[in-house]
Amino acid sequence: MSTNKQTKLSSNKKAISKTWIVIFKIVLIIAIYVIISSLVRFDILNRQYKALLVPIGVNIILAVSLNVVTGFLGELSLGHAGFMSIGAFTGALFTLNMDMPGTLEFIIAILLGGTIAAIFGFFIGVPALRLRGDYLAIVTLAFGEIIKAIIKFLNLPSGKDAAGNVKMVKGTMGLSGIETYADYTWVYVALVIVIVICANLIKSRHGRIITSIRDNYLAAESIGIHVSRYKILAFVIAAFFAGVAGVISGHNVPIIKPNDYDYNKSIDILVFVVLGGMGSIKGSIIAATVLTVLPEILRPIKDYRMLMYAILLIAMMLFNNSKFRAGLNENKSLAKLTGLLKFGR
Amino acid sequence: MALLEVKNLGISFGGLRAVDEVNLNIEKGQLYGLIGPNGAGKTTLFNLLTGVYQPTNGTIMLDGVNIVGKNTYEINLAGIGRTFQNIRLFKNMTVLDNVKVALTNREKYSLFSGILRFPLYFKKEKIMNDIARDILAVFNLEQEEDTLASNLPYGKQRKLEIARALATNPKLLLLDEPAAGMNPNETAELMDTIRLIRDKFNITILLIEHDMKLVAGICEEIFVLNFGTELAKGTPEVVLNDPAVITAYLGA
Repeated sequence: MSTNKQTKLSSNKKAISKTWIVIFKIVLIIAIYVIISSLVRFDILNRQYKALLVPIGVNIILAVSLNVVTGFLGELSLGHAGFMSIGAFTGALFTLNMDMPGTLEFIIAILLGGTIAAIFGFFIGVPALRLRGDYLAIVTLAFGEIIKAIIKFLNLPSGKDAAGNVKMVKGTMGLSGIETYADYTWVYVALVIVIVICANLIKSRHGRIITSIRDNYLAAESIGIHVSRYKILAFVIAAFFAGVAGVISGHNVPIIKPNDYDYNKSIDILVFVVLGGMGSIKGSIIAATVLTVLPEILRPIKDYRMLMYAILLIAMMLFNNSKFRAGLNENKSLAKLTGLLKFGR
Repeated sequence: MALLEVKNLGISFGGLRAVDEVNLNIEKGQLYGLIGPNGAGKTTLFNLLTGVYQPTNGTIMLDGVNIVGKNTYEINLAGIGRTFQNIRLFKNMTVLDNVKVALTNREKYSLFSGILRFPLYFKKEKIMNDIARDILAVFNLEQEEDTLASNLPYGKQRKLEIARALATNPKLLLLDEPAAGMNPNETAELMDTIRLIRDKFNITILLIEHDMKLVAGICEEIFVLNFGTELAKGTPEVVLNDPAVITAYLGA
């Protein structure tokens, strides 16, 4: 009886500290926004770094969403840029051809781009049921390239000219004259929503199912889990958010080209996920931020920039896998050092 | 009517008849043993019962419903839970989550309830936590609910696998060598636990085991498989003293 009481007490305590963590997270989210916006307002950041804010946000969304498939479902996907591309072009075509108030137009474009990408995610999820590991990776890689080829092949309506006729442009040329709606506020709101949704997903019934399929799909089937359905679910969710990231990145600059979203981009996103740690949302956020900023920091060394970038990348990967790092994790000193970040998870 | 009625069950891999002409009736509430020398087809029979393999011929009736042709997950929903010979836990998930995943078809909420944290999410999660902790308590695992499954000692991993299978609320529980790798003390403890769960959860159990002491100790009936076919069946006293069984185990 007394132990029962004790567990009740401790669970009460747990509940109280949980509310505090939620409050802390909300404060943290607002504080980060205030810091970023004051950095921008008071011109503390130079133009070069200001221009990085949207790409950082976009990359965080991409990394977190790819983590759902690669980290939590455990399937290697090399076609994430393909979904991004679908989102970017869908969104841009929408805003170019529609004449709505800016905010409304952009919100609809984001949702539409995400939805179309999610539909493609469904179709790429179907072969994913038959393939595993390396084979699936190749299929998703091909998927990204096919999307690129199709967009290049199409003629796209890109708004109206002075006479009121619809202008058609070749897909290879990309789309131009896109309204640059996406500023750091948009991207920040979007990335907070994406992170909250993904974090909640992972801690829900569906997230547990997805993780269990990664750990052992035979055992998952044996406890009554419809493995195929949840694999597709993970692909659809990841594709939706990649589409959202695509729309935002497409409205950051006036011109988008199919080649902006090739397999190099997919590899970049995968690198964020691997460096940040498979199945760690916090890690994806940090890795995406660091690796987006790093090339800019290295700009002064000119010709050696990408060489240095590659060397630092290798060094970071080695560090993350090292015994030293594992030791830090063991005695929690890293957690203490980065206490805030840990709390933020 | 028997809970499980297997008639004329067989499967061929190429020219090999891995399981052939197996007839098996298990009554509700029975503790049934499945024994046989290595390679006799015991695990293959389990895989047939759970839909991992599809039989070449024969029928499997669970509670009057033919389950041949169904997928593994459908068979679990129909009422068969299982454990594996080589432990298959969700290694990177906590002990509690391992059991909670298995509750997924009992306590449902929609994707949107989950990601938007509707009240239903908290309600169902609480129910799941309570059920999962009750099940873990049966196996004395309640202290380890936050441990990663891969960090559990071997014996506890075996127990957790049984706990997970039980969480799906099966009518029939298949245990594939539950005592493998356990010392005599652990085995004795396991025997008590198996008896306990049969009574507490009111289920039927079919188990594969090489530990004859365990089999003779808890099984009410035994089926002996050799080269994929029935060698003997009946009560432990009869079967374990059957000269044919002794020959099959010890060699001619």
